[in-house]
Amino acid sequence: MSETGKPISRIDGRMKVSGKATYAAEFNQPNMAYAFPVRASIAKGKIASINDDIIRKEAGVIAVISYKNAYKLKPLDMQAQMKAGAGFLGENLPPLQDNTVHYPGQFVAVIVAETYEQARAAAYKLQVKYIADKAAVDLKTELPKSTKPKMFMGEEAQVNEGKAAGPLAASAKKVDHTYSTPVEHHHPMEPHATVAVWEGTDKLTLYDATQGVGLTSAIAAYFFGLKQENVRVMAPFVGGGFGSKGLWLHTLLVAMAAKAANRPVKLALTRQMMQTNVGHRAATIQRVGVGTDAGGQLNVLRHHTNTYNNLTQFFEPSGKQTLVLYKARLREVTYNVAHLDRSTPTFMRAPGETPGTFALECAMDEMAYQLKMDPVEFRIKNHTTKDPVKGHDFSSEFLVDCYRTGAKRFGWASRSIEPRQKRQGKYLVGYGMATATYPGGRSAASVKVLMNNKGDVTVMTASIDIGTGTYTVLAQTAADALGIPVEKIDVKIGDSSLPPAPLAGGSQTTASIHPAALDACVLLRKELISMAIADPGSKLNGSKPDDIDFANGKLFVKGNKDKSDTYLDILNRAKRNEIEACATTLPVSGAGLTVPSALCTPSQTPAEQNSDIKQYAFHSFGAQFAEVWVDEDLGTIRVKRVTSVQDVGRIMNEKTARSQIIGGVIFGIGAALMEATEYDKRWGNPVTRTLADYHVPVHLDVPPIDVHFIGKPDPHISPIGARGIGEIGITGVSAAIANAVFNATGKRLRDLPLTPEKFFES
Amino acid sequence: MRPFKYSNASETAAAINAVVVNPTARFLGGGTNLVDLMKEDVMRPSELVNVTRLKFSAVEKKENGLSIGGTATNAVTANHELVRENYPLLSMAILAGASAQIRNMATNAGNLNQRTRCTYFYDVNMPCNKREPGSGCGALHGVNKNHAILGWSEKCVATYPSDMAVALAALNAVVHVEGSDSTKRSIPFSDFHRLPGDHPEIDNTLKHGEFITSIDLPANRLAEKSYYLKIRERSSYAFALVSVAAALETSGNRIKDVRIALGGVAHKPWRARIAEQWLTGKEATEANFKAAALAELKNAKPLEQNKYKVGMAAKAIVRALEGAMQGGNYGAMEADLTTTN
Repeated sequence: MSETGKPISRIDGRMKVSGKATYAAEFNQPNMAYAFPVRASIAKGKIASINDDIIRKEAGVIAVISYKNAYKLKPLDMQAQMKAGAGFLGENLPPLQDNTVHYPGQFVAVIVAETYEQARAAAYKLQVKYIADKAAVDLKTELPKSTKPKMFMGEEAQVNEGKAAGPLAASAKKVDHTYSTPVEHHHPMEPHATVAVWEGTDKLTLYDATQGVGLTSAIAAYFFGLKQENVRVMAPFVGGGFGSKGLWLHTLLVAMAAKAANRPVKLALTRQMMQTNVGHRAATIQRVGVGTDAGGQLNVLRHHTNTYNNLTQFFEPSGKQTLVLYKARLREVTYNVAHLDRSTPTFMRAPGETPGTFALECAMDEMAYQLKMDPVEFRIKNHTTKDPVKGHDFSSEFLVDCYRTGAKRFGWASRSIEPRQKRQGKYLVGYGMATATYPGGRSAASVKVLMNNKGDVTVMTASIDIGTGTYTVLAQTAADALGIPVEKIDVKIGDSSLPPAPLAGGSQTTASIHPAALDACVLLRKELISMAIADPGSKLNGSKPDDIDFANGKLFVKGNKDKSDTYLDILNRAKRNEIEACATTLPVSGAGLTVPSALCTPSQTPAEQNSDIKQYAFHSFGAQFAEVWVDEDLGTIRVKRVTSVQDVGRIMNEKTARSQIIGGVIFGIGAALMEATEYDKRWGNPVTRTLADYHVPVHLDVPPIDVHFIGKPDPHISPIGARGIGEIGITGVSAAIANAVFNATGKRLRDLPLTPEKFFES
Repeated sequence: MRPFKYSNASETAAAINAVVVNPTARFLGGGTNLVDLMKEDVMRPSELVNVTRLKFSAVEKKENGLSIGGTATNAVTANHELVRENYPLLSMAILAGASAQIRNMATNAGNLNQRTRCTYFYDVNMPCNKREPGSGCGALHGVNKNHAILGWSEKCVATYPSDMAVALAALNAVVHVEGSDSTKRSIPFSDFHRLPGDHPEIDNTLKHGEFITSIDLPANRLAEKSYYLKIRERSSYAFALVSVAAALETSGNRIKDVRIALGGVAHKPWRARIAEQWLTGKEATEANFKAAALAELKNAKPLEQNKYKVGMAAKAIVRALEGAMQGGNYGAMEADLTTTN
């Protein structure tokens, strides 16, 4: 019976809840010192002076490092970095290399001391004086100076610019509104932390809370001028990332501190630093136009995003879903990106689609209402079965099933198109829905599988489990591919010395590493088969390889279970303590590995690679339905229940998959109702500074969430058939909630989050 | 956090003396606010005197009322039978605040001594007259959505964050304190906290070294009709945008006694005396509640970003009074929202 898909509990769950799973900050070292960074108090300018000499005399202080005495890192050089797989620095600002300040909160110094408390106390006493320049701190003010980037992550950024105005004006029905979304912060449960240990001057070990050990290793190697194999990065357990655990400057900073102190050093960020030093989702102001004919057939979609960035090429790509959803004669998707002297924005769970589906899916709801059409039927009427820009077929697409199944499970039929029709006591009750979508990414990956003569199997790859279930589902795949129980399988990940895997981002881990795991297991099986066939002591001696099947730790001749041989007997007779196999899978899409070394031989197994972006468009889809209760007098909104139906290909583990969607929906509830970081418009400092101010949902805010998977394997993404699942759960959620609020109250709120005050302002 | 001296007090006089002689010493209760402020470098006491071992944790009947101990925890107080029966408003208010974990640690005296959550106060890189007199008020023309609409000054627009204190204001509580040489005095609750005026750095009328031994609640006939309404950005664990403690005593439908106090709108729990006066002797009707609320809020002066609070407070007063008239069971509907289908 297949293990894959079963809702088994996490194999690392017991370790996590019993405190035995070790996170970055827990890798204490002998003779370890502690680092505490000092952050800039201005948005832009130069450091004029630092009283570092006085602070060096403070109790326990080992080093005070600033631009005056910091280790000289290799300078930024995008081409050289890309070549070294090190192009992916969160912010393009190697730390402490000069005295320029680019945003409030930028690290300007780091104190190293015997204890954490001493380092922190000294950091508070360090006086940094600045010469401040006038800073750009407000998006609306800076928009006139914004630019139109040509590319985003290798794709055209401006699509059909200027072409939609005419068709939109000429459409029989049109919606054209501005939607805005605030700055959001990731705030994973585990704050970022790194322990740096040097061995001599050319070997570095980093215990790092990261989404990519390979990435961290490549970047650290580049900036310190080391061989990549000499930078080992370990992250066996990571307490969430959501996009914030790429490489940020504290990781380089702590390695610099350890070099200066000539001792292992630990640096753990505070929550306050997580508001300024590990990225955020930039605010957006989006204008969305939807034009249809009188019968509700789409003519045109226009999606223009205004946003900002700083020290990065990245900008919030909130037009992404508008390039994928719905059939329309024309679509225009464009961006204006301003510069702000604010900390660097980055990828955050469903980058692009989270704010983008809010705007697009609210606009679609507004159009459905104008047409007096059911919003589900309006979407089905305009459904596309092909990528509407590239013209490729979707590799596998069941979006209409998602709509229909969701509507049925939710009880959508009882919704009235007119708002304000349903009450419960003081509350107005409304239903809303939205489409969910996220690309189905896949990158190259290598996996090694080892079997010993006790029958234990170890699966190894430099992937990461950021809380998603990577350990568990890898064990399930290997169990099926080798015909042994999950309990016999040990999974080793989170170590850059293992065969390379992509970073745990972009919802691609499962899609990328499982084909390689499968292939490695097939290779291992092949070796066992050849050993058995060649062994006169085996009942399989002389059989043809194609006639041999496997189950329950044995090989056997198809149709004749008595002619069998156990894996253990095969190994023991051959006097082999262990055998291993390694496979690298390279999807035709050709995304390269971030780590060029230690590649296994590309796989030549029958499970050939068939992910072809030249032939297919790979996307996941879903439908989100929400019921809200609104207390109009007080402005409070409660999400009463959510139904989320997802078409994400094959489900590898019903339980961990469901948890991912639930997590995404809760993230979406946060985005819809409460999450926002605000900045002072005079100085640019974040006024939302801690988790006391940055509200995420509490248990009481989380309603019953009904998750359903279509579960049809994607026949083209890989022989496994699974697309990623980490991000799609959040997409569409805030739109479904805002649309439900309209259905409840008749008020159209277009500015997130929908905090109580919005009912008094609008 | 900077290094500090720490001691456990076992005798009241010694504890008080330790603080009296050191101008930068502080009493330490649950530490749920003070320790945060020390980590943020906002408060830098040179010495902390732990008072949680002193014997002021009782909740007991007194002639003409109830006495709750200064070092009793918020959790014990909120869940105490005598409080629940006689002062359900106080229970509701305490339970609307913070989280279960914090209430288990936080003491009643500490609750009254907590500082504003204005983030300009918390960020040592920003101006704040409360933290650093003379540096200016960052919030006055800054992000001031959660700030005061009543009783503020150009020097400070911060609000007082406690929920418990809003109920205590409505209940005419009396704060008993002990100072150096065993001097004891009692402070009517409305005089305990102060408006910012020219000295926002002073939160309340306690003198340095004065220790809150107990808070007395006079007997009343309000228990049957009381309600605490809190509007916030999430269902729990958030400070009030606006909160209202409301309690009534009626004869038939006529209002004999009414108490209304507002949280989240001023530098202290705001006793809505204008509204109370307006309502006393009148019928308990929605129209009267509304008129009283508007009369109270006529004096509101919202800032750039918190105009919403005026309308919200008006609606909240009406809703809280309605909730009180329904015997506080109004909350049951709120609970409904959180149960599964």
